[in-house]
Amino acid sequence: MRWGVVTFPGSLDDRDALRAVERVLGDEAVALWHKDHDLRGVDCVVLPGGFSYGDYLRCGAMASVSPIMDAVARHAAAGGLVLGICNGFQILCEAGLLPGALVRNRSLSFVCDVVTVKVERTDTFLTGGCRPGELLALPVKHGEGCFVADPETLAGLEAEGRIVFRYTDRSGQPTADANPNGSLANVAGVCSAGRNVVGLMPHPEHAVDALTVGEDGLRLFRSVQAWVGRAGAAAASSG
Amino acid sequence: MPAVLARVYVTPKRGILDPQGKAVQHSLHALGFTEVQDVRVGKYIELRVRDAKTAAADRVRAMCERLLANGVIEDFRVEIGEDAR
Repeated sequence: MRWGVVTFPGSLDDRDALRAVERVLGDEAVALWHKDHDLRGVDCVVLPGGFSYGDYLRCGAMASVSPIMDAVARHAAAGGLVLGICNGFQILCEAGLLPGALVRNRSLSFVCDVVTVKVERTDTFLTGGCRPGELLALPVKHGEGCFVADPETLAGLEAEGRIVFRYTDRSGQPTADANPNGSLANVAGVCSAGRNVVGLMPHPEHAVDALTVGEDGLRLFRSVQAWVGRAGAAAASSG
Repeated sequence: MPAVLARVYVTPKRGILDPQGKAVQHSLHALGFTEVQDVRVGKYIELRVRDAKTAAADRVRAMCERLLANGVIEDFRVEIGEDAR
C-alpha cells in the first residue's frame, strides 16, 4: 500500500513514521509537505508527532489551517484513511476532523513514558488486526495530551463506540494511576463517525523494533496494511 | 483607511479543566493571598486592523472562530478601540 506522511514546520516524528512504514513494513511511503495541495494518491495519510509551528497559539492550531489540510479533509470526506499521532491527533481535533480537544496535562508536567494502552475497538482500520481488549505497550511524550470534550460529545463517543484506545493498568483497568495526562474517561485515541479518521496520543511509530520499546506499534501499522489489502481485493472482485 | 485596535480575550470555557489556573491559585494561597477563590488563565491578543470600526468587529470575530480561539475549550471576547499609535 501507499502511505503519506506530512511534514509541518516543527514536525519531529515524520522520519520515524516513514521508517516504520517503509523500512519495517516494506510499503511505499510518500513524504508530503504542509504546503502541498494534494496527497499524491496515498491510501493512508499520517499526521505525525512533534511541535508544529512551535505549538504557538494552541497545539496543532496553525497546522490545522495549512494548505495540505484541505486535501486531508477531502480525503477524509471521501472515506480515505487518516491517522493522527500525538501532534497529528491535536491537528485533527483543531481541524474539526475529530471531536474534542487536547489540553495541558492535568499534572502540568510533560510526560515521557511507556504506557499501557487498551484496544477498545477493533472495527477501525488501525486496530482491525488486534484482539478486542488487547493491551499494547506504547510510548507517550507530550505536554498537552489531556483529552477533553463536553459531556454530550463524550457520551456520544461512548455510545457510538468511537473511543478506540484507553490508558489502563496492566490488568486492563482504566484507573486514574494509569492515566498519564488526566484525559477524560482515560481516552487515548478516538475515531471519526465514519471510522476512517483515527487520532491517538501514544506513538506506534516508536514501537516497531524489539530493541526500542518493542513491536506493539507494528500491530497497528500491520492492521492498516491488511485493511487496505482487503479493501483492494474487494474492489478488484466487485470491479 | 485608519487602523483600529482589536483586543481579543481568550479564556478557558467554564467546566473545562484549567490546571494552570489551579496551580496559580495554589501559589497565590501559598503567598498568603487566601482570598483568591478561582483563577483561570487565558490569552490576550492585540490586533491592529486596517478597516472601518464596525466591519472590523465582525472580521475579528470571524478570525477568532477560524483560528484565534477553539470553541471546544475556549470562549472569546472582542473589544474594538482606537489605535492610539
